[in-house]
Amino acid sequence: MNDKNFDFAISIPSKGSGGKTGLWRTKRPVINYDKCTRCRFCIIFCVENTIDEKENHLPEIDYDYCKGCGVCANVCPVNAIEMKDEAEV
Amino acid sequence: MANVNYMLRGTAACPGCPIPRELNNILEIAGKDTVLVVPASCSTIIMGDDIHGMPSVVPVVHSPFAAPSAIASGIKAAMNQLNKKGNVIVWAGDGSTGDIGFASLSGAAERNEDIIYICYDNEAYMNTGIQRSGLTPRGAWSTTTPEGKREFKKPLPFLMMDHKIPYVATLSIAYPFDYEAKIKKAMTISGFRYLHILSPCPPGWRFDPSLTIEIAKLAVETGIWPLMEYENNKLKLTGPSILLKDKSKRKPIEEYLKLQERFKELSDEEKRLLEEDINAMWLEIERRMS
Ligand SMILES: Cc1ncc(C[n+]2csc(CCOP(=O)(O)OP(=O)(O)O)c2C)c(N)n1
Ligand code: SF4
Ligand code: SF4
Ligand code: SF4
Ligand SMILES: [Mg+2]
Repeated sequence: MNDKNFDFAISIPSKGSGGKTGLWRTKRPVINYDKCTRCRFCIIFCVENTIDEKENHLPEIDYDYCKGCGVCANVCPVNAIEMKDEAEV
Repeated sequence: MANVNYMLRGTAACPGCPIPRELNNILEIAGKDTVLVVPASCSTIIMGDDIHGMPSVVPVVHSPFAAPSAIASGIKAAMNQLNKKGNVIVWAGDGSTGDIGFASLSGAAERNEDIIYICYDNEAYMNTGIQRSGLTPRGAWSTTTPEGKREFKKPLPFLMMDHKIPYVATLSIAYPFDYEAKIKKAMTISGFRYLHILSPCPPGWRFDPSLTIEIAKLAVETGIWPLMEYENNKLKLTGPSILLKDKSKRKPIEEYLKLQERFKELSDEEKRLLEEDINAMWLEIERRMS
């Protein structure tokens, strides 16, 4: 960034501005796809935006950056997401 | 198929912090021709730097604590001079909005500057270690109110309505459709637009990070955070809050308080006073609606 003189603020967007935040996790959200109804709640409410919608509309967690907060498991209406101990998975 | 993100994942926000989600849903609607102005706060850290990376897909201007409204006014004026179209959005904490930056906010609102001001209200100075602000609610623990705050929560949305600006709204990320409708509405209006989001903070409010959305929802359902919208000098309730004008439809305030350790030491007397604050706020809403 130092090799140019910018007139105006710019952003150089990149993932992982806080590092590989998946390493913060002590609990891992694991989706039980047999239970999942594809309601998208976890996708909409994941506060870190780490759940993607796959082609078949099933949610998929990006474990590189998921912080393990458990919001997705809390909002899932059918309890399809289990928070498992990171040490045990 | 990865989702399109407008706040890229892997930010420095605490686990369970709603700020990245709140910003994502705003930027998704505001689009690329947007500049964010961010005063000193947790969001300053979340916005990253040129070493570790930046999550925002739009430019961010970092601002001193007291100045975001003045800086945003200047950016908008410069854009007008250069014939550039786009949104200038202030994204500021409650400390900046209600206390330290209130003078510049009030000035920009009174001049009806063509900017959008969004306060994300986590009800304390979180980035410096949970000091009380003017927007901390009565009875809440903070590091500077170890026995609970003795004063009421400064009513910023009402104060901004009293500036007679074109648009004021309160938002909650637990209600994404209401949230996005208000952002969209704000985009269609010109002049000063003020949006205020109640933004639960797991370490500051002392709750388990999995509860962020649940607590944001309970704030609305118990009536402590009414969703409303002020436009053309008229106030109305929106979404789930419409029915809550009837007090009997509100959930008991305990359901909201008991999940947060910051209210653990709340005495019966403090709880009574807090409930009085909430009742007075609803009376004020009714007064302004009629
Ligand atoms: C003039 C000035 N005083 C104090 C500070 C230190 N400071 C930086 S962030 C912050 C807290 C901001 O609180 P708020 O606006 O509520 O945002 P939050 O951190 O809660 O997101 C303080 C006091 C500063 N940067 N500038
Ligand atoms: S645990 Fe938190 S960060 Fe991880 S996917 Fe669930 S909501 Fe997102
Ligand atoms: S919230 Fe639960 S049911 Fe809904 S998409 Fe996510 S995992 Fe599936
Ligand atoms: S202290 Fe609170 S507001 Fe600040 S990043 Fe952490 S959760 Fe978010
Ligand atoms: Mg704050």
